[in-house]
Amino acid sequence: MNINATIFGQAITFAILIWFTMKFVWPPIIAALEERARKIADGLAAAERGKQDLAQAEQRSNEALNEAKAKAAEIIALSEKRRNEIIEAAREEAKVEADRVKSQARAEVDQEILRAKETLRDQVADLVVSGAEKILRREINAQAHSDLLVSIRAEL
Amino acid sequence: MSESAGHSTGEYIQHHLTNLQEGHGFWTFNLDTIITSALLGLLVFGLFAWVARKATSGVPGKLQAAVEIVLEMVQTQVKDTFHGEAGAVGPLALTIFIWVFTLNAMDLLPVDLLPMILGAFGIHYWKAVPTTDPNLTFAMSLTVFFLIYFYNIKVKKLGGFVHEVLTAPFGAKMAPFNLLFRIVEDLAKPVSLALRLFGNMYAGEMVFILIALLPVYLQWVLGAPWAIFHILIITLQAFIFMILTIIYLSMAHESH
Repeated sequence: MNINATIFGQAITFAILIWFTMKFVWPPIIAALEERARKIADGLAAAERGKQDLAQAEQRSNEALNEAKAKAAEIIALSEKRRNEIIEAAREEAKVEADRVKSQARAEVDQEILRAKETLRDQVADLVVSGAEKILRREINAQAHSDLLVSIRAEL
Repeated sequence: MSESAGHSTGEYIQHHLTNLQEGHGFWTFNLDTIITSALLGLLVFGLFAWVARKATSGVPGKLQAAVEIVLEMVQTQVKDTFHGEAGAVGPLALTIFIWVFTLNAMDLLPVDLLPMILGAFGIHYWKAVPTTDPNLTFAMSLTVFFLIYFYNIKVKKLGGFVHEVLTAPFGAKMAPFNLLFRIVEDLAKPVSLALRLFGNMYAGEMVFILIALLPVYLQWVLGAPWAIFHILIITLQAFIFMILTIIYLSMAHESH
């Protein structure tokens, strides 16, 4: 244990080392450590945000999907309804058309009947007249009895 | 040591415990202590500064990771002990830890290695472990002591510090006793810091020297366990010096 001037030398060395550490060793490494801690914290926060974003996107896509499904179902229901309406309308129209054709045909038939009756009547009248003529050729003057003949024809 | 057959055991031990000195009386310089501690300081603090300069906040290399482990250990100790702004205490604690650790680690070199090498160059005395020189341990502890007073006065101002010295712990009426207590307490700090480190390392080195006196084929029986044990002592003494410095300076920052 001999204390001598070495103690000053060592104190100076120690002081220089402290200064050196304060200036060149401690701050850069602490800065790097803090920077890294910040980076890690940021990374974790970003991961958390990413997770949330993903969940939100999933939710949104699900909503969109559901909406699309609902819309599709709605469209299908609407088209079904429309189809039924069209079918119903066509049926209605067909019925009207059929009725119209039927009534027209009936009118034509009636007319035909009427015409046939007319023709028949004319023919019968002619036949009667000709028969009567034949019978009465000798006695009946066609000119003299034309009034009579016309009235008979009218009566037929 | 077989070569020491010519010398007596006492001479061998004495030889290993003598500093390489220059000068007379008080103005003597222990060149071995000064040179070894300066060179090792240059080496290890240069390494740390080099790592610090290239430090990346991204993925660190192994060397940077190692330096960061040491630094974070020191910072954790400072943060745990210190209430409030630590300021320069972190770098101070780191300086103490790595310097003392490195100087202590010289203990693990074979006791005859450096004296043999240097002896070949005509230098006949060389104490390889600077922490076995009380000049170094007292230089450190007195620097810490000076810092304790510096922070005491800086934080509490001179009035607050004097008030604390006179009133704690027994109150103003017992001022002389408080002062006496304080003087003893404050003197004990540097003395215990320096002597604890010096004593441990000196005793450890002494045991290494004694082991070196054993026959060559027996040295490992005691040498290996003692060296392994000393890895712990080296670290522990560096840690104790650091942690006590932190505690003393934290006390200097706090008002009673």
